[in-house]
Amino acid sequence: MSETVLQHNQVSYLEYQGRFKGLFAWIFSTDHKRIGLLYLYSMLVLFSVAATLGLLMKIELIAPGKTIMDAQTYNSFFTLHGITMIFLIVVPGLPAVFGNFFLPIMIGAKDVAFPKLNLLSWWIYILGALVVLSSQFIGDGPPDTGWTFYAPYSFRTGTNMLPAVTGAFILGFSSIATGLNFIVTIHRMRAPGMAWMKMPLFPWALYGTAWIQVLATPIVGVTLLMIVLERTLQIGFFDPALGGDPILYQHLFWIYSHPAVYIMILPAMGVISEIIPTFARKTIFGYKAIVVSTLAIAFVGYFVWGHHMFTSGMSGTALYTFSILTFLVAIPSAIKIFNWVATLHKASIDIQTPFLWALCFLFVFMIGGLSGMVLGALSANVHLHDTAFVVAHFHFIVFGGTGFAFFGALHYWYPKMFGRMYDKGWANIGLAIFFTGFNTLYLPMFYLGMIGMPRRYYDYVEEFHGPNIVSSFGAMLMIAGLIIIITNLIRSARKGEIAEADPWKGKTLEWSIASPPTLENFDEIPVVTKQPYDYE
Amino acid sequence: MEKEQHPHIVRYRTYVYVLIALLFMTLTSVAVTHIYLGPYTVATALLLATLKSTLVLLIFMHLKFDKKFYSYMVAGVFLLLTSVIIITFLDYLYR
Repeated sequence: MSETVLQHNQVSYLEYQGRFKGLFAWIFSTDHKRIGLLYLYSMLVLFSVAATLGLLMKIELIAPGKTIMDAQTYNSFFTLHGITMIFLIVVPGLPAVFGNFFLPIMIGAKDVAFPKLNLLSWWIYILGALVVLSSQFIGDGPPDTGWTFYAPYSFRTGTNMLPAVTGAFILGFSSIATGLNFIVTIHRMRAPGMAWMKMPLFPWALYGTAWIQVLATPIVGVTLLMIVLERTLQIGFFDPALGGDPILYQHLFWIYSHPAVYIMILPAMGVISEIIPTFARKTIFGYKAIVVSTLAIAFVGYFVWGHHMFTSGMSGTALYTFSILTFLVAIPSAIKIFNWVATLHKASIDIQTPFLWALCFLFVFMIGGLSGMVLGALSANVHLHDTAFVVAHFHFIVFGGTGFAFFGALHYWYPKMFGRMYDKGWANIGLAIFFTGFNTLYLPMFYLGMIGMPRRYYDYVEEFHGPNIVSSFGAMLMIAGLIIIITNLIRSARKGEIAEADPWKGKTLEWSIASPPTLENFDEIPVVTKQPYDYE
Repeated sequence: MEKEQHPHIVRYRTYVYVLIALLFMTLTSVAVTHIYLGPYTVATALLLATLKSTLVLLIFMHLKFDKKFYSYMVAGVFLLLTSVIIITFLDYLYR
């Protein structure tokens, strides 16, 4: 896209001294790059908490009966694990960290359209996180409903529901503000010459995601508010005893929460679309098809929520409709996979750590996607609903998809963000252990689900013991891999080798500026004349 | 940027009329809950809510005086939400 490294006469964003100093220079900064890093650090802390909870749950499941915790503690652990992972990490993850950092740079802008709103989004995010976490320490004990807050349990349980629901409600505002900011930024601030069809695919993915954030999040906001009102005023939205309908809650919750899966996965697909052409040294195959499939996923994703409710007692007409629509959404997802694989065909591939993450993404995302087809079929779903199979499926999608893309993005853009390179040897060892652990953890859960092990139970019958031992061992291995990966990245931020401006020979605009970028990214706004992946 | 905006002044009287219309429709939406409308209860409530939000969008939020592009975007969102509501009722109407 741009072939020369632009001269820079400003200090890097990491060294810049504004009105404030020290910590305040970060938490009051309106620079999109610093805000991206604020999200990154916040999420790493929260991720370590949620991953620890996940590990403890798997240790509990290493043997039948009580191992290290009782049933109520297990219930509260999977609830907090889910709320933290979904609302605080996976939904905001890629847009908040890498979208904030790289969207303006990749479209040739100096910042997002509303920098102050951007900072406010982070503050709202922190407020929401504190309110969610407060549910663990105040009132009547940690919530135990699972992250879905299903009615009627969520307004009947005696545990501390209000802070958890209110926290998730607050987090929605952060998501909406970020989405709105990105839509306006992309519409109004693209560099001269960057027509829509010259925009890189990560910004395209963020664009599709932002529309979902803006249009779907208010629905869950209202739904969570209805839970609060139901608990406090007994209005009768969802309580059958008061004339309400608990299935209505499921409809409202999943009208947001299924599109939210695409908030999680679309940016991940955008990241993979950046990594693959860079390391294949080849123009991405089917650029327009990827763009159209991104928008198609964002659109069709609105109409498939009912596949989470196949056993809820919905009408037959609704069941068939949702099943057909669910199969439809697989088409644009498959288009992307075929395009990525076609890009690799006869390419001069440079095998580096980010590329390995992208390959692992393809492997696990395919398993996640195809197991989703199994669950989209009505007959199979009735058997597999609420079993360990579903847990395996969505971890392959959410962790395998978004998580692998997140770490792939971190390893891809790390030299640009910090101006230093991580130790590639340790990064690859960490990935190998993590990948092995991930599959050892979740593959047995497909089998466990098929033979009937329900999800969200701290105990099980003896027949499920063997695969659970393997799965728990996989969890430990995966955490060991994660520790290596994160330690390597933290250590390298200070002690890694100084990185070149374009260590991967990328073609998009972020590789044409200094590493780390200067405060305003570009001395002069670039003029875009070429396609984003012009390797020919 | 300047050329894209059409200067306009909305009379205070118009705002007052809209306010009265909104209050009237709010009272109507409360009043109709006392009448048994069977399956049309939700449709009536949604219709009144749509009328109210349309007024707010057109007058208070100045959509009427803005570029047509924004109207199309809002219409697209309305269409999306309408589709979501219709699909939801595939459950309720055929249960």
